[in-house]
Amino acid sequence: MLRYCLALMMFIPPSTWGQDSMANHGMANITAGEYRPLYLSFDSPLVSVAPFKLDKQPITNREFQQFVVKNPKWQRDAVPSLFAENAYLNHWEKSANQYQPSATDLEKPVIYVSWYAAQAYCQAQQKRLPTVAEWEYVAQASFTQKDGSQEKDYNQNILDWYAKAAKQQPAEVGKDEANYWGVHNMHGLIWEWTEDFNSNLISGESRDDSSVNKDLYCASGSAGAVNPSDYAAFMRYGFRSSLNAKFTLSSLGFRCAADGND
Amino acid sequence: MFSFKSQFNIKTFNSKTLNFKTKVLVTMVSAALALVSCAQVAEQSASQSTSSSAKKDTSAIGQLPVIQAVLTHAPNVPPPITRNYAAKVVINVETQEKVMRMADGVDYMFWTFGGQVPGQFMRVREGDEVEFNLSNSPDSKMPHNIDLHAVTGAGGGAASSFTAPGHTSTFSFKTLNPGLYVYHCATAPVGMHIGNGMYGLILVEPKAGLSKVDREYYVMQGDFYTKGKYGEAGLQPFDMEKAIKEQPDYVVFNGSVGALNGEKAITAKVGETVRLFVGNGGPNMVSSFHVIGEIFDKVYVEGGKLENHNVQTTLVPAGGAAITEFKVDVPGTFIMVDHSIFRAFNKGALGMLKVTGPEDKIIYSGKQADKVYLPEGSATQSIANPTAAVVKTLTKDEQIAQGKNVFENNCLACHQSNGEGIPNAFPPLAKSDFLNADHDRAIGILLHGRSGPITVNGKNFDSVMPAIALNNEQIANVLTYVLNSFGNNGGQVTPAQVDKQRKVAPANSDNHG
Repeated sequence: MLRYCLALMMFIPPSTWGQDSMANHGMANITAGEYRPLYLSFDSPLVSVAPFKLDKQPITNREFQQFVVKNPKWQRDAVPSLFAENAYLNHWEKSANQYQPSATDLEKPVIYVSWYAAQAYCQAQQKRLPTVAEWEYVAQASFTQKDGSQEKDYNQNILDWYAKAAKQQPAEVGKDEANYWGVHNMHGLIWEWTEDFNSNLISGESRDDSSVNKDLYCASGSAGAVNPSDYAAFMRYGFRSSLNAKFTLSSLGFRCAADGND
Repeated sequence: MFSFKSQFNIKTFNSKTLNFKTKVLVTMVSAALALVSCAQVAEQSASQSTSSSAKKDTSAIGQLPVIQAVLTHAPNVPPPITRNYAAKVVINVETQEKVMRMADGVDYMFWTFGGQVPGQFMRVREGDEVEFNLSNSPDSKMPHNIDLHAVTGAGGGAASSFTAPGHTSTFSFKTLNPGLYVYHCATAPVGMHIGNGMYGLILVEPKAGLSKVDREYYVMQGDFYTKGKYGEAGLQPFDMEKAIKEQPDYVVFNGSVGALNGEKAITAKVGETVRLFVGNGGPNMVSSFHVIGEIFDKVYVEGGKLENHNVQTTLVPAGGAAITEFKVDVPGTFIMVDHSIFRAFNKGALGMLKVTGPEDKIIYSGKQADKVYLPEGSATQSIANPTAAVVKTLTKDEQIAQGKNVFENNCLACHQSNGEGIPNAFPPLAKSDFLNADHDRAIGILLHGRSGPITVNGKNFDSVMPAIALNNEQIANVLTYVLNSFGNNGGQVTPAQVDKQRKVAPANSDNHG
């Protein structure tokens, strides 16, 4: 695997490679593990997560701008409406005939990006978007444990962020304490795209109006869920299920993942 | 505020000509104009003119006339529906997440329909076809949707209206059943969306309309769960644990403590009939809705067709409603409460209806001199262990402003809104020699309660006041408010002074009986 990655990197022009590695704070190795998704019952099987790598930080405006410069079809005024809504890169300003982030926003996470744009960015880096399972597996880590979700205040701290409006642009990436895996900003900065964001079992009606979500919500409650008090996770699943791949929102960005460990 | 009462005598029209309809529309527009502060006036007028033409254009092919719904924020209610035909009613609502006042000094991130709690009141007619456009503000962090209990269909519209930030969803439904219905957000986690204030009322008027009344108001109860205790200052986050345990810090009418108090009280004149559209958003508490000093002449039980008469207290379930009607016969301030009474006096579930006009001593005499009988004797009640909240130092003016709220929630019921008290029962705080003489003694009375004979302004009192569960800041604020109100001598009480007295044994009961 290591050899494969190195081989790939050799095909990328050195200048580009150097630029990207400067802006990118690298990926964290995530070892294999298991976790029980929110929507399964206590006796349901655990979901295994294979070893993978995850960007330590969300993609910044600076990084996304470099991508757009190299791939002009992802410019704000060039992207087809099929792949991104009007609000795509809404926070970038036009100067010298090009849309670009303001200097003060360079290290802030890129937002107003569609799933297509995020996926294209990751593919351009020989990466992909993380799956919901991978993302949630890393997100349940606290500062000291792989699974910190039972720690005091773990949920409340996340909920505190959910309770703030998205009126202002998010802060710069990487300013928080890294979690167990050395990964930053899993909570408290932005929502993030996942590869299979719309494959979870929550329908638009969060209770029980269709057969697919019977396991999750029973009679307007959540008796079937592993931890019905895990409101933070409910909100993430709820948020993801409200999305279409072309949506571009003021609090939604992404980071990339790749198979295997280094 | 509600001056349209005389404008609805049009049920006597018996022809259904276009001319008649035009008159109806004109009446509706003027009614809408009478709703001062109603932002939809311009929109309404504009849509009326288009709907007139739409009607002419489409009558040939049998389509319904299109009408833009008038939406109002609590406590206002849109004007009664006067048309006698079905329409296609367009309702546009935007969900917004915004920080607003929960109580004086206390802020909360509310999730709202239309920017306030409760959401806007919607009024449609049985048989109407409603086109509902739900927009979620681009500034929202959460997806939202709406489940209207007036909808017949799976989810009540929830799945059809599930909307990410910066998007709009549209769905339609037909109003099959008349009644007063709750609507609310049903996005995961449902409890949190409701708990943050996402609910309101939609009235489906029966085809025959509701009986004519003089005043209509919109009152909706809700319970809130904050990290800090009741009254703890600052921006308070939602507390999941308390919500699951169903232990609210706040139970309020119309979205905040004091939303219907003082100058914001609803009003009526003696002899008028008042109709209250009462809803309960929950998420957890069932309301025992009661107006102190009034009897509901009529209650549409649970907002449905069943009429009950001569009701003292009506249950309003979480996610349910009731319509109450009563004629106000005498003047005064009538206190609306959730008669689960600790909620009223300790969590905020208290509002006011101010009735002005001539007194009628036959119906109500007012207090007549008599000897006080208090079987509780000298017992004092301490309600809780108040702990000092972390608050910033307030200026005297801020203390007075916050103290006013404490007064209205804790003191007003006995000492009255003008501080005059009740002769022979509750001593006056207005121009009170007893109060102005000794601030520390006043602090002690709030902390420890008071019983036994005292003399205030030359009058003797012999009654009981229980200790009030307030923290140091609240006591300092309410005393500063009282000292600077009701013709008293002014002055200021600091939390430090209160703290000092808290550590002193209740020694100043010099006349303890």
